[in-house]
Amino acid sequence: MTNALQFDGIEKSFGGVPVLRGVSFAVGAGRTLGLVGENGAGKSTLMNILGGNLTPDAGLMLLDGKPHAPSHPTDAARAGVAFIHQELNLFTNLTIAENLFLTAFPRTAGVLVDRRTTHERTAALLAQVGLSAAPDTPVAQLSPGERQLVEIARALSMDARLIIFDEPTTSLSTRETDALFALMDQLRARGVAMIYISHILEHVLRRCDDIVVLRDGAVAGSGAAEEFTTARLVSLMVGRELTQLYPSRNGAPTGETVLEARRVSQPGVVRDISFTLRRGEVLGISGLMGAGRSELARILFGLDPHTDGAILLNGEPLHRAAPRRRIARGLAFLTEDRRHEGLCMDASIADNVALVSLRQHAGRVPLRLLNLRRWRETIASIREAVRLSPQARDTQAVSTLSGGNQQKVVLAKWLLARPAALILDEPTRGVDVGAKYELYRLILGLADDGAGVLLISSEIEELTGLCDRILVMSRGAVRAEFSRAEFDREKLLEAALPREVAS
Amino acid sequence: MKTAVSRFALRHAPLLLFAAIIVTLGVLAPKFFTIANALNIAVQSAPVGLVAVGMTFVLITAGVDLAVGAVMFVGAAVAAKMIAAGQPIPLALSAMLGCGLTLGAVNAFFITRVRLAPFIVTLSLLFIGRGFALWLTQTRAMNLPEFFLQLGAVRWLGVPVPLLVLALVVALAHLVLTRTPFGRQLYAVGNHPENARRAGLPVRRLIFSVYLISGLCAALGGILALTQLGAVSPKSGENYEFKAIAAVVLGGTSLFGGRGAVWPGTLLGVLIIQMVESGLVMLNADPYLYPLVTAAVIFLAVLLDTARQPLLSK
Repeated sequence: MTNALQFDGIEKSFGGVPVLRGVSFAVGAGRTLGLVGENGAGKSTLMNILGGNLTPDAGLMLLDGKPHAPSHPTDAARAGVAFIHQELNLFTNLTIAENLFLTAFPRTAGVLVDRRTTHERTAALLAQVGLSAAPDTPVAQLSPGERQLVEIARALSMDARLIIFDEPTTSLSTRETDALFALMDQLRARGVAMIYISHILEHVLRRCDDIVVLRDGAVAGSGAAEEFTTARLVSLMVGRELTQLYPSRNGAPTGETVLEARRVSQPGVVRDISFTLRRGEVLGISGLMGAGRSELARILFGLDPHTDGAILLNGEPLHRAAPRRRIARGLAFLTEDRRHEGLCMDASIADNVALVSLRQHAGRVPLRLLNLRRWRETIASIREAVRLSPQARDTQAVSTLSGGNQQKVVLAKWLLARPAALILDEPTRGVDVGAKYELYRLILGLADDGAGVLLISSEIEELTGLCDRILVMSRGAVRAEFSRAEFDREKLLEAALPREVAS
Repeated sequence: MKTAVSRFALRHAPLLLFAAIIVTLGVLAPKFFTIANALNIAVQSAPVGLVAVGMTFVLITAGVDLAVGAVMFVGAAVAAKMIAAGQPIPLALSAMLGCGLTLGAVNAFFITRVRLAPFIVTLSLLFIGRGFALWLTQTRAMNLPEFFLQLGAVRWLGVPVPLLVLALVVALAHLVLTRTPFGRQLYAVGNHPENARRAGLPVRRLIFSVYLISGLCAALGGILALTQLGAVSPKSGENYEFKAIAAVVLGGTSLFGGRGAVWPGTLLGVLIIQMVESGLVMLNADPYLYPLVTAAVIFLAVLLDTARQPLLSK
């Protein structure tokens, strides 16, 4: 059997710290290889080497048996290696056709873009990936799933023989994910080799022929997918048996209501939402993509308006208080999109942590200058509390941290504000298994200390593992409520599915 | 129905503003509605128009070129000195274009190679260029041969030459932006430079080229300005960077890159600005009010444009 791609003894270090230590494995021709590992295990570095963004210190790569040593992304693309990234690389201001042929437009008379040929070839490619959009549709009008199909079409247009999918399902709905998997099956049938990178281990086990586990820059395990189970993958990834996926709780909900929604409605977004969140309680919100969960969170925090109903914090109505006022009264919100909404990516760890609680460290009137010494002590202690990576300096830009550490910075920021109620929207998205446990511990710790936690998550296991109660939303309304004793995966899923006849 | 109307209004805001100003001025000053006046406005707008075409390329890549007015002045000063020294006129004109390309290349070098912000680089060149030209002309006005004014009055098939030049350049720029791989790649760079690099586009070369184009267009605009004034003065090319950027933005091109068009956008923007200025003259308005009114119209247009963006993207 020939291999589509072979890594042979790849080594790479950054500033003396080894990131890849002699990585060797092969992707069989026409096979799909699942690549898993914690953040920081070296997956991104390896893929950057494959894609020509980095050059290895040692080792070599063989693509279809021929040496592959790209010095620029273009070299890798020419060699037939295509990447479908988590963050898509399309130009939203151009049409689908222009995105596909930007570097290789068919031309008339040598200068002008041959629009007809471009459109015909685009239409043919779109048919292959099953996207029914006109070639001259602006990409800005496409959904995340459709954009991904365009990326795959671009890979096909470049005659890619090896396609790397890096967390491709992160921003896709369930239906779009299924469509993507169907397309991957077609690609496999056509003999395209693929590398599939994901934190969702069930997908990796189900979709891939072979699996390679990276840990600390070395191959920790490899073999046919049938040889692995989720538990075995997890233990290979973290290097120890995770006896427990979810930390245990010390506290319990008390009777006091901290956050309450009374018939909150906003036409077209959410309908008639009522719930109470008690001190020390973790209340989960489940539902499919588009059920209105994130929209509800934004309304609760005052980022978006609502026409009817009332939101009460500690028994007092919030009316139309701006987020700033809500924070002052004890509400905190960890957004779904930490990169754009939760963090100032180019600012330092210290500055990000400081954002909402600076006033607490202000000195006396009239100047109210910051008490820097006390402030530094606070940062040190909060870093300890969230177990932020000790290597990260306070002055380091947040953008240089891993996903898990970034999320810890956001949590640290809110912990300092000592919130009475905390809304968490997909707090563990894009965070690896080991860091997830840490985040769970922090979330439960907050509840143990008496805060009310509203946890929005798409992972049902996460909700059943952490919550005291779960609300299921569908089409903007609460469909069902389950208490801890009633938790059942099937029932939760069933409640989340939209019913055809709206009441 | 109502939403369809408002969508149309949002989509064609520059065109509607253009129409509104024509109607307003036409009602206030009946003379405004004459072919002679229309032609006059079009000819007067030609120099700014050329500069604005080059500026459109720069703004599409999310850059800015504040040095265009200085380029016009330097070119004109060099040409005037050469003619005064007895050099032939065609050579002087070529030298002007050469000045435009050279100064454009200086901008491009510092922006793409030294990686300085376009705002800083071109602002510096604005002052350096104007200072150099003032020194060259010793801050005196220099009259040029009659040839220049005559050139501005020449007609071909009944159309004034400056207008022909503007039409030709706009048509060419429109073709380049919409129909050539180069043009489409400029939009990609303006949308997301990092993605463009990863997609294998020659980002630095593309950005380099827009400053060359802007420099060349400014020099060409400088020549047209000379055919209208017939002289170089210390005020030559003054405020052109402001007028050109205002015209481009009025035409719907984004200051943040990736969106915009020469036709009809920039052309409409240029005409709007010129119409307002000419209209004020016709209305015998207090000359001290011109900048105020012009600035108010520009501000209003940009305000409308910003307000419509979130609505358009829905």
